[in-house]
Amino acid sequence: MINTQTIVREPFNAQSLRAQFPILSRTVHGSVPLVYLDNAATSQKPLAVINAIAEYYKHSNANVHRGGHAVGAEATALYEDARSVVAGFIGAQQNEIVFTKGTTEGINLVASSWATMMGSSLRGRSIVITEMEHHANIVPWQMVCERTGASLRVIRVNEDGTLDLEHAKTLIDETVSFVSIVHVSNTLGVTNDVRVLCSMARDAGAFSLVDGAQSIVHQPINVKDIGCDFFVFSGHKLYAPTGIGVLYGRADVLEKMPPYQGGGAMITSVTFEHTSYNDAPIRFEAGTPNMEGAIGLAAAIRWFSTLDRSLVCEHEHALSLRMISDLKSIDGMRLLGPGVEHAGIASFVIEGVHAQDLGILLDEQGVAIRTGHHCTMPLMRRFGVTSTARASIAAYTTDQDLDAFSTALLRTVRMLR
Amino acid sequence: MTIEQNITKMQHEFDSFPDWEERYAHIIAVGKGLAPYNEEYLKDEFKVKGCQSQVWLHSSINGGRVRFEAESDALIVKGLVALLLRLFNDRTPKEILEAPVDLVSRLGFEQHLSQNRANGLASMLKQIKLYALAYSMVKA
Repeated sequence: MINTQTIVREPFNAQSLRAQFPILSRTVHGSVPLVYLDNAATSQKPLAVINAIAEYYKHSNANVHRGGHAVGAEATALYEDARSVVAGFIGAQQNEIVFTKGTTEGINLVASSWATMMGSSLRGRSIVITEMEHHANIVPWQMVCERTGASLRVIRVNEDGTLDLEHAKTLIDETVSFVSIVHVSNTLGVTNDVRVLCSMARDAGAFSLVDGAQSIVHQPINVKDIGCDFFVFSGHKLYAPTGIGVLYGRADVLEKMPPYQGGGAMITSVTFEHTSYNDAPIRFEAGTPNMEGAIGLAAAIRWFSTLDRSLVCEHEHALSLRMISDLKSIDGMRLLGPGVEHAGIASFVIEGVHAQDLGILLDEQGVAIRTGHHCTMPLMRRFGVTSTARASIAAYTTDQDLDAFSTALLRTVRMLR
Repeated sequence: MTIEQNITKMQHEFDSFPDWEERYAHIIAVGKGLAPYNEEYLKDEFKVKGCQSQVWLHSSINGGRVRFEAESDALIVKGLVALLLRLFNDRTPKEILEAPVDLVSRLGFEQHLSQNRANGLASMLKQIKLYALAYSMVKA
């Protein structure tokens, strides 16, 4: 059986944390040390996670929820234990946790099943999103609108990068059926007041979803405290494997929603005339699930919980401030969302320098950042840019990383001007 | 000199740079030296697909020889496309069509550039060959 390792709190030290992430000591382009600042795209994985996956395959691999042999029972216990670990991590009940492939699938699942549940009542109704949404929180709702005759409303983003809450107030009225909003913008790093927005949704009689893809790793999350009906995130941005994600759905809402996909495990009985569906959350997990992913995610959460979250937050906050101030010192720098507190993410353009050139030359110096539109094309248009460079930090990021980034950035800008 | 010989020459030139900084400084300088692009051709129909930055490629034929003009909003890509134009400008459609398709890897761009940039370069090469193909068909 895989470890239920005891939780020991240790003082936070990013440098010693790095020893637990083998990839961070590798080099690129020959012998250039890797400076990994693309954490908003995906985080690296600690040994605790890598080992848990290996252990699972060495000792406990069998299909879950099917048949009663010993290893199958053990795998099922581990998988369901992972569900309870996730539930505990975000303040939910175990039956409110659906395992998905990731944030994108979580939103698609909700959009599809919720719209089916609402049926023809959605004609003439509205769905509210924001101008800073990732494409994954735009396109599924456009598809719902096409299917049902509902229309999309978009809350504006202010020049300083914050959400226009006055505009939100005017948009979220009694004709709105769903409000789907990002918690922390993957492009701007701004944190939205999701409690207030979910409360506006509730007052209007609308359902709400919070896209927690970026927030899950940078702040403690309690879904009951946020007051949302749905909360989605991916494992891979939380030091866990790729291909596993979480959909939290309020128990009474999930119970009413029809399945997303049909297949094994999600049924109680099947005849050619009629199929009855299993209860939530299993109803939403058709087919053999990502067992190693769920177990890896539980290992990541357990590992993360050995750290003092408040110290991690302080560390990341201090690094964010330093990163922003380093960036601001560069001539011709334009930060997107200049007025916000950046949750470990900074998106920028430099006058006279194309983001792609910047990315290429930083990469030659070992610095991994992201360049492009970050799957937020409407937000790019809002700020009148086609692409930006984005640097993003994690708990294992150090001041040395930022030193290297700063030096490489100055050298790069010199080369390009 | 044939296109083939030019590729070899360019290959040697690239191998002679001691480090990434000089290699890129060269590419950037070549990009900055590219002839001004006619703004009339900054249209979607002249855009090369498959590049992260915007690249426009326009061509014309005069006396049986193809003339390319290119533009990009990114400097390194502009340099790379300028290098390609050095190889292919003022060649006949036949010469262009017969040029080796593995030239991106032969120039060592694949080891110097990451995969998606090499792909962008391959897209430009494909577009150059498509223009040549079109001209060769008009002539026939």
